[in-house]
Amino acid sequence: MAGGGTPADLDAAVTAAAPQGVRAVHPAMAVLEYFLVGYKRVWRGTVFSSFALPVLFFLGMGVAVGAYVDRGGNLDMPYLQFIAPGLLAFTGLQIAMMESGFPVLGNFKWHKIYFGMASAPLRVGDMLLGQLGYISLRVLVAATGFLLVMVPFGAIGSAWAVLTPLVAVLVGLAVATPMFAYSATVQSPNLMAIMFRFGMLPMMLFSGVFFPVEQLPGALQPVAHALPLWHGVELSRAAALDVNAAWPVAVHAGYLALWCVVGFALARIRFIKRLAV
Amino acid sequence: MVTTLVTRAVAGDELRARRAGAVTGRNVTAFRAGGAYWWLVISGMAEPLLYLFAIGWGVGALVGDMPLPDGRTVSYLTFLAPALLAAAAMNGAVAESTMNFFAKMKFAKLYDSVLNTPVTPVEIAFGELGWAMMRGSMYSGAFLVLMAVMGVTTPALALVAFPAALLVGFAFGAIGLALATVMRTWQDFDYMGVVQFALFLFSGTFVPVSSYPVAMQVIVQLTPLYHGVELVRGITLDMLSWSLAWNVLYLVVVTLAGLAFAARRMRKLLRK
Amino acid sequence: MTDGAPLISARGLIKRFGDFTAVDGIDVDVHAGEAFGFLGPNGAGKSSTMRMIGCVSPPSGGELRVLGMDPQRQGPDIRARLGVCPQEDNLDQELTARENLVTYARYFGIGRKVARQRADELLEFVQLSERAGSKVEPLSGGMKRRLTIARALVNEPDIVMLDEPTTGLDPQARHLVWERLFRLKQRGTTLVLTTHYMDEAEQLCDRLVIMDGGAVAAEGSPRELIERYSTREVVELRFGTDALEPYASKLDGIGARVEVLPDRILLYADDGDTAVPAVYERNLTPSGVLVRRASLEDVFLHLTGRTLVEA
Repeated sequence: MAGGGTPADLDAAVTAAAPQGVRAVHPAMAVLEYFLVGYKRVWRGTVFSSFALPVLFFLGMGVAVGAYVDRGGNLDMPYLQFIAPGLLAFTGLQIAMMESGFPVLGNFKWHKIYFGMASAPLRVGDMLLGQLGYISLRVLVAATGFLLVMVPFGAIGSAWAVLTPLVAVLVGLAVATPMFAYSATVQSPNLMAIMFRFGMLPMMLFSGVFFPVEQLPGALQPVAHALPLWHGVELSRAAALDVNAAWPVAVHAGYLALWCVVGFALARIRFIKRLAV
Repeated sequence: MVTTLVTRAVAGDELRARRAGAVTGRNVTAFRAGGAYWWLVISGMAEPLLYLFAIGWGVGALVGDMPLPDGRTVSYLTFLAPALLAAAAMNGAVAESTMNFFAKMKFAKLYDSVLNTPVTPVEIAFGELGWAMMRGSMYSGAFLVLMAVMGVTTPALALVAFPAALLVGFAFGAIGLALATVMRTWQDFDYMGVVQFALFLFSGTFVPVSSYPVAMQVIVQLTPLYHGVELVRGITLDMLSWSLAWNVLYLVVVTLAGLAFAARRMRKLLRK
Repeated sequence: MTDGAPLISARGLIKRFGDFTAVDGIDVDVHAGEAFGFLGPNGAGKSSTMRMIGCVSPPSGGELRVLGMDPQRQGPDIRARLGVCPQEDNLDQELTARENLVTYARYFGIGRKVARQRADELLEFVQLSERAGSKVEPLSGGMKRRLTIARALVNEPDIVMLDEPTTGLDPQARHLVWERLFRLKQRGTTLVLTTHYMDEAEQLCDRLVIMDGGAVAAEGSPRELIERYSTREVVELRFGTDALEPYASKLDGIGARVEVLPDRILLYADDGDTAVPAVYERNLTPSGVLVRRASLEDVFLHLTGRTLVEA
């Protein structure tokens, strides 16, 4: 959860990026490298949690509850197939929110990592890109792992499923960027926990992962449509099962991209503001 | 005198309710100050409700009715609600007794100053547990009221279920304190979170335990949340029988064992 | 002042952490009404000793009585009568200044009404009444320290224990803390403090022990120690960046003793004003000359052969 190395790691990474003033590596790569150094120390615990949670959901809901759902025959596909692509998209959401929550707040408040970066020749954009790159890698690994688990359960119905980890990354970036902005704004770790409770949890439960969004009361459906996860779930399900998404694929993908762009702009503004102290 | 001897035997140190109460009081003061912590605690009530609506009602529409062991069939939401109550009692107690307790011990160094007072490590453990229980009972109480209003259970049974939910909280609070004393870093909480989540999913919460493979049934019946779910579901859905006594006994034993372990570990950690 | 049994009495007190011996068999007595100091560099064993007296750390050997009781068996009863101000301000960050005091009083079993009343009096005493409703974080270092001291007084303790009360404070904040501690002393409160500041020990302590490497190197009042281990005055001689040994060898016989430090030479003499001309008479022209009264620093230097700063 700490996500990051020591300030010395950072110095080494930044120095490696610009030996004798020659820019050999993009500075964002130095930031990415820094986070990977930190990751080396904590990967066991995070692999366990970021991979185990969706798999447990898959077994507990998809397999166990799925037997009862399929008995009712209220879905036009086995529940296992319905839930698996949704959980894969949720994997992206979960890792991205975790990694852009406490670690970002901590890097401002306790470890002061960003202040160290800002005093190196790094722009805020580089810092954000580097850390987003790190988060993308994390999502990609976890989502691919989850995909491999789903195959023997018969939850995959199409070769297009190879694209689902990329969908997870897109969902991850769409929530990570505004979350960066939020984490750069708040002071209290308790506010972070509140964000998970009122941001992540409802999104996870009401974005069509566990049951179709059409079942929601009419007034709530636009809310689900406005949030990023539902779009990811639709894209992921379309790819994994070769079925039509609710809306055209380009609209879903474009909407997620819009979240990324707006989120990045907000994050940049909040970072600059907090670093200016 | 008798209580002193009992607490000495269980906790291995002096234990006075007044001093443990002062530790609880500190948390009440922090809570009442308002701000983010207040919101965090209060909003915790929303979590089981969100699950109830999403899974009980949303997925429930796909599942249809569930059979109960006594032959009745009930809606999926009715089946699920008592289990979510037990799980909420677990989650509330564990949150306060592990993460927050660990943070206070290791990072805020809160107890360093408390230990300079007559308060003993055991009293700190009990004081923290007391607060975890207050927090847990808020959640359980609110959820039970909702269950009664929705007609999942009757007000009378809800009243009986309240102390049962508290017992579940006690057991997990004690386990949580014990775990927090052996945690080394935040990374360890990742593992704990996964185990906790597995208990949440596989304790007969979402489907009857009888639908699991036999080997898994045996394992599940050894874990604490299973007994919590059985107890709370048995009471709220009016399936009172003597088998519930076993669930109560199991939870009481777990509570005492957890507390005894936590108290001894804390003395070791804090009195260097 | 020293009548009756000592409030704190240690005989051959030892604290070990694994193979490392932090406190190596010390003998100490602290009497009622005294201001007693443990002076020494970081790692001398001061804090370990304080923690044992405070009954939060069991001794590894030797005998210790605090307020006539055994810390091992009567820890809570002893702690009820101690006020402890630790080295780090471990105040409760989630509470306000006033809530910190009231909450702390509750740990001593003090009733809520009395606790509130005492909190207000103590905030007044440490001059923080205006900040009573403030959270801890925005308070300055000096304010936090004063609040921690106030917290240590909330149970009206028989002994107040202060571990490096002014370390890390700026000069103004230090003087304010000293002044408050002096007021406590005037009221007859027994103070036990550790410090690595000589001026602090001279200001506050009636009696002190100098600790080094876990053992007591000397004991007495500041004045006694200076008289016993030093001369009345000290001349500090500087010679730019030159090597100092050749100069030192030429100073023999002027004072009682010569000490060479990396940056200056110390010349111990009872009368500095006669010693300085004697230096010039030997054709030495120091770049800087300072005559000052001897301090505990000189005592420490004499006893351990090194300065406190580098220790």
